[in-house]
Amino acid sequence: MNLEKIKSEIEAAVPGCSVRIVLNSSPSEQHSLVLGREHALEVARFLRDESELRLDYCSNVTGVDWLDKETSEKVKVKQVVDGVEQEVEEVRKTRTPGYLEAVYHLYSMEKKHGPLVVRMQTEDRADGVRLPSLTPVWRSAEFQEREIFDLYGIVFEGHPDLRRILMWDEFEDHPMRKDYVEPNDYEYEPTPHDAVLEKSKQARTLEQ
Amino acid sequence: MDPDLKIELRRQGIFTTTLEELYNWGRKSSVWPLTFGLACCAIEMIATTMARYDLARFGAEVFRPSPRQADLMIVAGTVTKKMAPQVVRLYNQMPEPKYVIAMGACAISGGPFKQGYNVLKGIDRYIPVDVHIPGCPPRPEALMDAFITLQKKIDAQPLTGVDRPRHLNADEPSEFVVPQYGAHDLVPAKNPKLWNIITKPTSKECMAGVDESGKD
Repeated sequence: MNLEKIKSEIEAAVPGCSVRIVLNSSPSEQHSLVLGREHALEVARFLRDESELRLDYCSNVTGVDWLDKETSEKVKVKQVVDGVEQEVEEVRKTRTPGYLEAVYHLYSMEKKHGPLVVRMQTEDRADGVRLPSLTPVWRSAEFQEREIFDLYGIVFEGHPDLRRILMWDEFEDHPMRKDYVEPNDYEYEPTPHDAVLEKSKQARTLEQ
Repeated sequence: MDPDLKIELRRQGIFTTTLEELYNWGRKSSVWPLTFGLACCAIEMIATTMARYDLARFGAEVFRPSPRQADLMIVAGTVTKKMAPQVVRLYNQMPEPKYVIAMGACAISGGPFKQGYNVLKGIDRYIPVDVHIPGCPPRPEALMDAFITLQKKIDAQPLTGVDRPRHLNADEPSEFVVPQYGAHDLVPAKNPKLWNIITKPTSKECMAGVDESGKD
């Protein structure tokens, strides 16, 4: 499966769509395609129906939460200090806003190839959390998209039955998000460590 | 009556008893558990009832599919917060006298999921538990041991006096509060009438690292 080839085929078949290749530098080298939200459904149909690809089986759908990221890099800038031009190092900070991501793993039963990893990214983590549902293309995505909706809060537009699947309907949080704060119901632990140790310290200061 | 005299009389072919003994003997010898399993502990519970371990030897062969006909609820497995209201509701629907065995690490404390957001830290926060069995999952022998422990408990119950069981005391509650699904957690998070144990450790415990609650 050549991603460059698939990318150019998608761009030829679905005009105006945005496809980006994300390289995976780990030994698995499982590179993936990031699809633009607007044309994702058409691209998914193409991936399923195109005679060479025939990715007819969606084995797994999952979510990822990317927090706001701040990267700082040192840049050498020429500045005039006391009338003399000097090279001064300056730290530039760039802030990348966070987003939520849905990841689909696609295989072909007919052609016996795969997986092709396809991702979609939301606008941000607060209000722009809408993505097109791919359930109309792969029926197996239905429950998994519901799970992502439940645990990450991505709203899948076009999903036939978008309800919470694991937590109860009245529940308001999204527990798999990195900024989720669970209810404080710490109870005595004989051997606390890591996050639990922090909680036990908290409980101890409250008690004193 | 002196127990030695009773045994001596029995040797001579004279059987003596009291109404209390007869009543408790009848109850302990035909405890009907509720067909009710939540996770992997339920598999061990099923194994206990089948031919190899055969819980029927102790009079508990009829697992009832309706809470209205059951005396014993074996909470076998992880009680998630989503499932907890249904467990309490089933318990409320059982007729008195009723007993509860909390089977396995999850049912007694939350087990490996204790620090998670979605699992109850023990069913004894909502319903009174008679016997706790540790284990993940407990072996069938452990469940049989718990069952025999329960039988001993039933056998020792006096029918009159201040220590009489709940079903003979009109002042005791027969129904327990069913938690509601809240926005972040169950409401209430525990039944304070049942679970009023101080959950924060004392500083002495923290220093020693030993749970002192078991000692008087």
